[in-house]
Amino acid sequence: MDLRPAGVNPTAANSATAGAPPAVAASGVTKRFAGGVVANDRVTFEARHGEVHALLGENGAGKTTLCNILTGLYRPDEGEIRIDGKPVRLHSPHEAQAAGIFMVHQHLSLVDSLTVAENVVLGWSRHGGVTFSARTVEAEIEEIAARYQMAVDPKARIWQLSLGERQRVDILKALYRGASILILDEPTTVLTPAEIDQLFSSVREMVAEGSTVIFISHKMPEVFAIADRTTILRKGRSITTLDIAGTDARQLARLMVGHEMSFDVHPRAAGVEPKPAPAQPPVLALEGVHVRGDFGIDALKDVSLEITAGEILGIAGVSGNGQRELAEVVAGLRPFTQGTIRIGGENVASGDPRDAINRGVANVPEDRMGTGVSPNLSVAENLILKSYRSSSPHSGPILLMGRAETQATALMARFDIRAPGPGTLVRQLSGGNVQKVVLARELSSGPRLVIAASPTRGLDVGATEYVRGVLVEAAKQGAAIMLISEDLDEIVELSDRIAVLYEGRVVGVVEAASATYEHLGLMMAGAAS
Amino acid sequence: MNADLIVSIAVSAIAYGTPLVLAGLGELLAERSGVLNLGVEGMMLMGAVTAFFVSQTLGGPGLAVLVAAIIAAALAGAALALIHAFLSITVRVNQIVSGLALTIFAGTIGLSSYAGQVWGVGGQHGVHQLVKLDVLGLSDVPVVGPILLNQDAFVYFSWVLVALVTFYLFRTRFGLYLRAVGESPRSADAMGINVTRYRYVHTIIGGAFAGLGGAYFTLAIAPIWTDGLTAGDGWIAIALVIFAFWRPDLLVVGAYLFGALSSLGFTLQTHGVQLPSEFFSSLPYIMTVVVLAAASTTLARRRIGTPAALGVPYVREES
Repeated sequence: MDLRPAGVNPTAANSATAGAPPAVAASGVTKRFAGGVVANDRVTFEARHGEVHALLGENGAGKTTLCNILTGLYRPDEGEIRIDGKPVRLHSPHEAQAAGIFMVHQHLSLVDSLTVAENVVLGWSRHGGVTFSARTVEAEIEEIAARYQMAVDPKARIWQLSLGERQRVDILKALYRGASILILDEPTTVLTPAEIDQLFSSVREMVAEGSTVIFISHKMPEVFAIADRTTILRKGRSITTLDIAGTDARQLARLMVGHEMSFDVHPRAAGVEPKPAPAQPPVLALEGVHVRGDFGIDALKDVSLEITAGEILGIAGVSGNGQRELAEVVAGLRPFTQGTIRIGGENVASGDPRDAINRGVANVPEDRMGTGVSPNLSVAENLILKSYRSSSPHSGPILLMGRAETQATALMARFDIRAPGPGTLVRQLSGGNVQKVVLARELSSGPRLVIAASPTRGLDVGATEYVRGVLVEAAKQGAAIMLISEDLDEIVELSDRIAVLYEGRVVGVVEAASATYEHLGLMMAGAAS
Repeated sequence: MNADLIVSIAVSAIAYGTPLVLAGLGELLAERSGVLNLGVEGMMLMGAVTAFFVSQTLGGPGLAVLVAAIIAAALAGAALALIHAFLSITVRVNQIVSGLALTIFAGTIGLSSYAGQVWGVGGQHGVHQLVKLDVLGLSDVPVVGPILLNQDAFVYFSWVLVALVTFYLFRTRFGLYLRAVGESPRSADAMGINVTRYRYVHTIIGGAFAGLGGAYFTLAIAPIWTDGLTAGDGWIAIALVIFAFWRPDLLVVGAYLFGALSSLGFTLQTHGVQLPSEFFSSLPYIMTVVVLAAASTTLARRRIGTPAALGVPYVREES
């Protein structure tokens, strides 16, 4: 077992691969940003040929910065990058790609208005030359896609694809270009269990061919399932490098966070009150609801769902099966064409967000930065965005910003929003704190119904636990909660009941206590009801 | 309406539309790279005055002089566009401010009229002018002849440019990269495409095209130089790019439509149709509003059009 700190002697660590230099190595890499943030502080790290190397760390630990340096997007202020033992200076992603290093980002590097094939040859083509033959490339993509079992239509435009499909395109792009070092930045966030298995078998095939896969994740089970070794980063520093076979989740979690964390406590298990009998009408009732999607076809078909007060209904499904439309139609952001939606027994107007808000619907949207907040407004301003008509501090048409900031300061304390002050612009906050701003605004008004769409996507372990706790607490206070997530663990852990969406239909509603992953997975894949 | 009238409307549509085709094509390239260039009007004026000066000053065979004048006009436009590129891409000045500043700097009360005075070309009558060609000797064929086969070389050159730009945009790798840079510079950068270089090159080529559009005024439409003779065509060219959904083929349609509209009053008068001239001068603008309104709904539905990163400077390192 290799327990020596990674910083000690990089060359000595190669003994395991019989003197062959590591595929890629970083030593003493430091990256500072304007404003004095040190994102990487003397990071040392190496990944061998033919291994899956996991980079573990909370958000802000410096994983993404390190990868951006490895892929030539950032230049390190200090330190050295070596590929196959040779020091290199990567000045651009182009140079990194020429050296075989590719990254599949969390925010995928795809151009929405172009087709899959066009995206794949962007910046590089096997054929050189000036002209671009879509047909040739499409055939080549289909071949690679078949080899790695990553079905995708090469003629489709990116904006027509689900997030899971987009990720596949990004991976295909790297494979098409002959990547020898592939960095996957939290690749499983948008995938179903079956898709994760598929991804992992593609990854195993890559490493079997001698390639290197650097796998960034928060999720312990995945790291144990796929990685050979792991390097742990904390607050911009590389803590250590370990063999996966010789460690356990508890040790890794402690190294990541710096203190013991509990993974076993089931938030719902803690509060063991029996569910109240549904005497009053359900808070939310959908009956035979049809909704048209962006492309003119029905995105939701004949959907009927009920959520009672104090209940968390999980909506599971592969992304792109109507989850977004479901959230939008309940929030009044999208009209429905058939059926009825009742909140507290009363019919709601179709496509009228203000009506929904007045009936006590809180919306924690999937697109946090775009829909959830206004990034260029301050924390205080974002917090009063919804209540400006009623309870916000105002005198006639004049907003009393002083009082708004006092209120904001109180909410910041209550919801653990870490920002220098209420006047801080929201775009300067981390993802977790942005989500807390959204939660503070939406939940502080005591809503009847909370729509939470992928509420923990991209958040670190601490923020994720916090957000989940807030949702559970809101349910205890009597709110009905519709939890939409592609993270099945999250759905199972938090929900009372789970509804599965497949191609716009509810294919099944099960009690969370009796649900199995196999059954849910089959329903998500459309193979069972 | 008789065939005669239709022919003369079509002929003047092409004459007045050609500067719009050239300048619009240039703007289209710049905008596809994500750079909004509002300096087109100024670049056209500089092209016009430079072309006229060179054609008046150079000695030698007429054809050589005209070619030199055209090249000089392109260089003048490109030089101004280089300033815009530097300001908006490297220094990341607001592109609207930079473009407007250039139009004012080079415009009616600026550099182009100063150059006209210094070079003393103000009242002169042109020595050289582009002549109408008789293609294949078929210019007398009814309708088709005068419209398609009896234009000057510059018109045919503009058609070749349209075909080249269309091919470039949709059938070459570099055109693909250009579209990616305008849509998502971050993705393009991550794919190893040099965003800065693409933006510089296409902004500068765009300026050169605007210069060519200006040269068409002084070398073909009327062989004289007066201050501000492009009379807002640079602005119409910018609007046309929007109407055309950033597509060269539609740009040509739009340019000739506007060419026809702006010359309609004059053409109809010569054919004895009496309507208030104000009506005709307002036509292009009524047209603008109508097309814009129609375009915006189609845009919203089909998500084609505006390069997503248009007007947004690209900064790689964001902490």
